[in-house]
Order: sequence, then structure tokens, then C-alpha cells
Amino acid sequence: MSLDLPLIWAGIIATAVLLYVLLDGFDLGIGILFPFAASPAERDVMMDSIAPVWDGNETWLVLGGGGLLAAFPFAYGALMPALYLPIILMLLALILRGVAFEFRHHGRTRGKPFWTAAFAGGSVFATLAQGLVLGGFIQGVTLKGRAFAGGPFDWLTPYSLLVAVGLLAGYALLGSTYLIWRTDGDLQRRAHRWAWIAAGATAVLLAVVSIATLLVHPRIAVRWGFENGAFDLAVLAPLLPIPLLGLIGLGVVALGIRKAHQATSLLGAYLVFLSGYIGLAVGFFPNIVPYDMDFRAAANADNALALMLVGVLILLPAILGYTVWVYWLFRGKVGGDAGYH
Amino acid sequence: MDLDALILSRLQFAFTIAFHIIFPSFTIGLASYLAVLEGLWLVTKNEAFKTLYLFWVKIFAISFGMGVVSGVVLSYQLGTNWSVFSTVASPVIGPLLAFEVLTAFFLEASFLGVMLFGWKKVGPGLHVTATALVAIGTLISAFWIISANSWMQHPTGFTTLPDGTLRAVDWWKVIFSPTFPERFAHMALAAYLTTALVVGAASAWRLLRRGPDEEEPAQLALRMAIGMFAIVAPLQLLVGDMSGKEVMHVQPAKLAAIEAFWETRTEQPFHIAAWPDRAAEGNRFEISIPKLGSLITAGSTDAEVKGLKAFAPQDRPPVFIVFWAFRVMVGLGLLMIGLGAWGVWLMWRTRGPEYSRPFLWAAVAMGPAGFIAVISGWIVAEVGRQPYVVYGVLRTADAVSPVGAGQVSASLLAFMVIYAVIFSVGVLYILRLIGEGPEAAPAEADEPPGNALAAGAKEVAP
Repeated sequence: MSLDLPLIWAGIIATAVLLYVLLDGFDLGIGILFPFAASPAERDVMMDSIAPVWDGNETWLVLGGGGLLAAFPFAYGALMPALYLPIILMLLALILRGVAFEFRHHGRTRGKPFWTAAFAGGSVFATLAQGLVLGGFIQGVTLKGRAFAGGPFDWLTPYSLLVAVGLLAGYALLGSTYLIWRTDGDLQRRAHRWAWIAAGATAVLLAVVSIATLLVHPRIAVRWGFENGAFDLAVLAPLLPIPLLGLIGLGVVALGIRKAHQATSLLGAYLVFLSGYIGLAVGFFPNIVPYDMDFRAAANADNALALMLVGVLILLPAILGYTVWVYWLFRGKVGGDAGYH
Repeated sequence: MDLDALILSRLQFAFTIAFHIIFPSFTIGLASYLAVLEGLWLVTKNEAFKTLYLFWVKIFAISFGMGVVSGVVLSYQLGTNWSVFSTVASPVIGPLLAFEVLTAFFLEASFLGVMLFGWKKVGPGLHVTATALVAIGTLISAFWIISANSWMQHPTGFTTLPDGTLRAVDWWKVIFSPTFPERFAHMALAAYLTTALVVGAASAWRLLRRGPDEEEPAQLALRMAIGMFAIVAPLQLLVGDMSGKEVMHVQPAKLAAIEAFWETRTEQPFHIAAWPDRAAEGNRFEISIPKLGSLITAGSTDAEVKGLKAFAPQDRPPVFIVFWAFRVMVGLGLLMIGLGAWGVWLMWRTRGPEYSRPFLWAAVAMGPAGFIAVISGWIVAEVGRQPYVVYGVLRTADAVSPVGAGQVSASLLAFMVIYAVIFSVGVLYILRLIGEGPEAAPAEADEPPGNALAAGAKEVAP
């Protein structure tokens, strides 16, 4: 029996990236919402609600990058130079917002406002940079052989900017619905309003990005049965559950906000993201560097993939186990006294 | 390949990794120290240990955060700037880096949350376990990084395919390449020494400011630090010497650069100071001890040791920087041994080191010595490996990404600005905490330890 190791690893990397988006998405979203909080004390609560978990959430990004290097080195070696500037922008923004968790508590008259701004600004720019990376990825990367051969600003187009703004709305939705779950009182009421606005913006931008993708990228449009200005229903019909999932997600978000029921609206937002994620995958799979390198051509040697798979089978259940335990430990509403400071 | 982009990428990597290593070399030791403090407090019920734990955990949180964010950069920079290295070497060291994430990063990140915020949520046993797991995570992380780096210094257990990429043929030889054990021990001891020097300096500062009589936690911490200097610093000299002997066998060009040997000969002199000049293929001046060079490096004055001229000019590492970085590292190491001996003597023969102001000032002055020694040591290791990135297999010049100099100069400038800001602010906040010093915890011996810790945290918080 021989396992299809590249396929298994494509699934592992895809899962790591999805978990990163779903988990660090609300961390970044809370940073995006930071300027709209009513008081420094309210910002303290917002930050405290993610302080024990943000580091673990961001580790999925390291697994995404490190895992891509280890499992698909040719994809890593082509994508990183192609998306050089947005990747660097993302890293710098993540640095500023990451240190802000500690620095904001130690800052005094000038330091605290500065690190409040750094947390918000870093979160916004990290999100925009991730959107530009995503947009640049969907547009496709110019290759020569298995190496990047395009220009330094290939990723910068109206389309990628649109995707970046869409991701900003999406992360704000994750952040606000997370706050509905984890806070109460005035802050929770404010989070309701943010969630309504973010949900509306996400719905509109998701629709606009979807249409733009079909119009701007004919190769993706063909996958969805859209060619020469008309849909081929035979191709489209089996894929309809994907946008339907997004619509159901938006419905769950609305229901969750209205009832203020625990994590319901966050789970709805997760369905929306899942729909977008699968919808994207339909457009480029099995390419891992759109549109000239599939995941098999990019894969590492079988003996490396096999060794790592053994590690993953042992370690990933443990990681998921203690991650869930940590979330369970810090469950419940976050009050004004959650921080250790 | 554009030469400017290569130099800029090298500068950027050197800058970002030198910045990063400051934090792990401190937090690896500090995590273990915190685990020991918490364990000692639970066993002895001595409140001084708790006071110290609550003090150093705040400094740990700042340092660890800076280590995490500067570390994320590295996992992407291998691709943005060194994509050819990534594709060529990943079949061999890719799994090592992936295992670092899976075995260490998640463990550290998750249990750090429990360690910093879980005091009211978990009992004392679980809390000390979380602290210990973070400490173990930092050491596991060092294990994989040193394993990958040791393989790059002396690659074994692989073969080269016709298309130029590499394949592992023996994972054991890849992970435990011959230089790995000494190099891992060297780094772990360096981290412990670095932490002990910072703890010693902070305690000495406290004692200088407040006087020795009512500062039990600071006295305790100072004595623990002296114990570490006295044991670890001489041990480090031995391990470093073993590591150097390995270098002579597997990277003779690096050893020649470390010692500024140009001719291959027996009875090599030992240069205490020198001005090595690559263009002139010799030292412009040197202060030397005859024959000692062969004795130190090869164990006998009669041993023949290779000089740089034995290697083609394009295969020689930069000499000046390697020679001097090594002397800075070893010089600081000798000072650490001296500080430890002095401290032990004061403990043995006098009222105690707390009462010797010259010793306390010396301990304060040595506070940053560990960081400087660690960075110097890594400069020796990495610059000494040049012109190769994977020694003997892949040249640094051939490993760089197809990116332009414009992009790399923009990113390098941005890294320098942002790192300057977060470094100065982080150091300011840490020094401010050290200046304030640990607060004596209120007495609450009747309460169960877990709650007492949480309550103490609230009281200490400003």
C-alpha cells in the first residue's frame, strides 16, 4: 500500500491555513475594531479576551509558512519572492501588534496611546497584507521553470486591493462576533452594532469579489461554468452548495447577533469563511502556485513527507487537544479583571 | 543574480536573526529559572521564591513576545530572500523546521497563556507544570534549530540528485550530525549563562540601591546566579573547546579564520590580537605567543594546523570579523568564570557577596555580557561558514531569491526602523521593571498556594 503523500500534505497545509484564518482572524479583527471602543478600559477587556490565546493562534501561521517550506518547497520558493513586499508588510505589522500586547500594559502617558495605535494599525495592515497576498495568489504567479520570474509589483492590482478590503471586513466580522461571545454589558452591545456593520460589509464585498473573480480571471470562471457571458448549469450545479453555505452562514450570523446567543454568530461567520475558502480552492486546485505549478510538482521528497506525516499523526492530536483545553480553561465572559497585570 | 540584492539579503538576514537570537538566548534560560523558582516555592513555601517568580515572569512575558514576533519573520524570510536555499535544502532540513513548529512552538504558545493568565484558573500543580512545559518547549525549539544549523555546518546523511536538489538517505545522520551534540550543549549553556548574568545584574543593582539587609529575594537571586556562573561558565569553556576541536576537523578553513592562521605549519603561534588582511594574505600586525596556537587547537605544539592559504581565495571565509568575534566571545567567557570565582570566594570567605560593592558593580556591568557573547559566537559560526550556506554543498551566492535590490533595501530599512523602535521600548520597559524591583509579597501563608499566587499577582500589579 502506498499513500498519496503530496495529497495528504496538501490537505494538512490547507487545514493549517484555514485554522490560522479562523483563529487569528478574530485576533486581528479585535485590533481592527480597537479605534471604535468607547474607552481605554474597554480596549483592555477586548485585549484580555484574546491575550491568553493569540500566540497559539498565530503559531498556525508559522506552521503554514514552515509547513509549506517543508512539504512544498517549490511552492514556497516561488510564492515568497513573488509576494515579497506584502509578506514583509504582513510580518512588520504582526510584529507591531504582537509586542503591543505586553508593551501597552507597560506604557505610561505616551507609551500606552502609542501601543494602542500600533495594535490597531498593525492589525489593519497585517490584514490588508494578507488580503494582498491572497489577491496576488488568485491572480497567478509568473514562473520560469519552478522559480518566480515576474516583477516586484505583480501582486498590486485593483483586484488584489478589493480582496484586501474584503478581508478587512471579514476579520472585523470575526472580531465582533467573538466579542459578542466573550463579553457582556456595554461592550457587547457595541459589538452587536459592529457585527451588523461588518456582516453587511462582508456580504457585499464577498459578492463583489466573487463577481470580480469571474470577470477578471477567466480560468477560474471556467471552473464555475461561466464562459462567454453565460453559465453552464451542468458545471455550476454541483458547486452551488458552496455559495449556499455562505448564505446560510450569513443567516446564522444574523440570527446569532439578534439573539446574542453565545458563539452562534461567530460560528455563522466561520461558515461564511469556510464557503469562501472552499470556493477559492475550486478555482485553483490542484495548482499550488496558480496556474502553472500543481501540488505534486511542488512537493518535497516522499521520504521527507513520510517522516513528517508520522510526526503529524502523533503530535497534531496532542496540539489540538491542549489547544482546546486552553480555550476551555479561559471560557466564559471576560470581565475587567482578567489580565494578570 | 544581482550582487546588490545578495549583499542586502545577507545583511537583512544577519540583522533579523541577530536581533531574534537575543530573546531566545534569554528566555530559554529564564523559562527554566522560573520553573525552578516556582518549584522551590511550592516545596519550601519560602515567599522569597514567589516574589522572584512574580517579578521575573513579567520580564519573561515581554522578552518572549519579542522573541515570538521576530521569529515569525525568519520562517518566511527563508522563502522571500533565500528561495534557492529553501528548494535545494528543504528535502533534508525542511522536516527539522516543521518538527520545531509541531513539537515546540505550539507547546510554548499554548502553555504560555496558562503560565501568564492561568493563576486563578488552575491549581499550583498544573501551573508549575505549564511553566515547566514552556521551559521544555524552549529547549526543544533550540534542539531542532541547532540540529538544522549543525547540518548546514557539516552536512551528513544525504545525497545530491542530478537536478541539484538533495535527498536525505539517513535521517539519524541528518538530525544528529557529528557536530550537533557539542553545539546544542554550547547553546543551551550559553542561554543559561545569559539569563544568570541578567538575574545577577538585576539583583546586584537592587542590593546596591537598597542595601543588603532587607532584601532576601535579591540576595537569594544573586546567590543562585553566582552558583550558575561558578558551575556553568567553566563547563561552557570545556564544551566550547570540544566544539572548537570539531571545527578543526570538519571546517578547517573556519578554524584558520578564527585563529588568523595563514600558513599551514606546526608550532602555530597563538594570536592574542591581530589585524588580518585578506588582500595581503597575512596579518598586518599581531601580538602572539609562540607555539601556543597548535597546542590550543590541536592539543600539541607539534601538530600541523592548516592555514588559510591552503584554501583557494574564493573558498576562504572573512577573517577579520571571525577572528575578533571569537576573541570577544572567549574574553567575555573568561570574565564570566572570573566573576563566578570571585562570587564563590566572597560567599566562602566573607559575610557574603551582598556586602562587596565592587563585586555588585562588576555583576551589574556583566549583565549584558551573555547577549554579546551569544551574538559573537553566532557570528563566528555563520560568518566562518562562508562562502557557503550549506558547507561544501551550496554557496550563499547561489542560494538567494530572484528578487531585486530595490525591494530588499526597502524591507531592510523597514526592519531596521521597526526593530529599533521595539528594541528600545522593550529594553526600556524591562529596565524600568528591574529598576522598580520585586515587591515583597504580602503574607498569606494560610491560603492554598494556587490562590495565594493569584492573589499575590493582583497585589503586585500596579
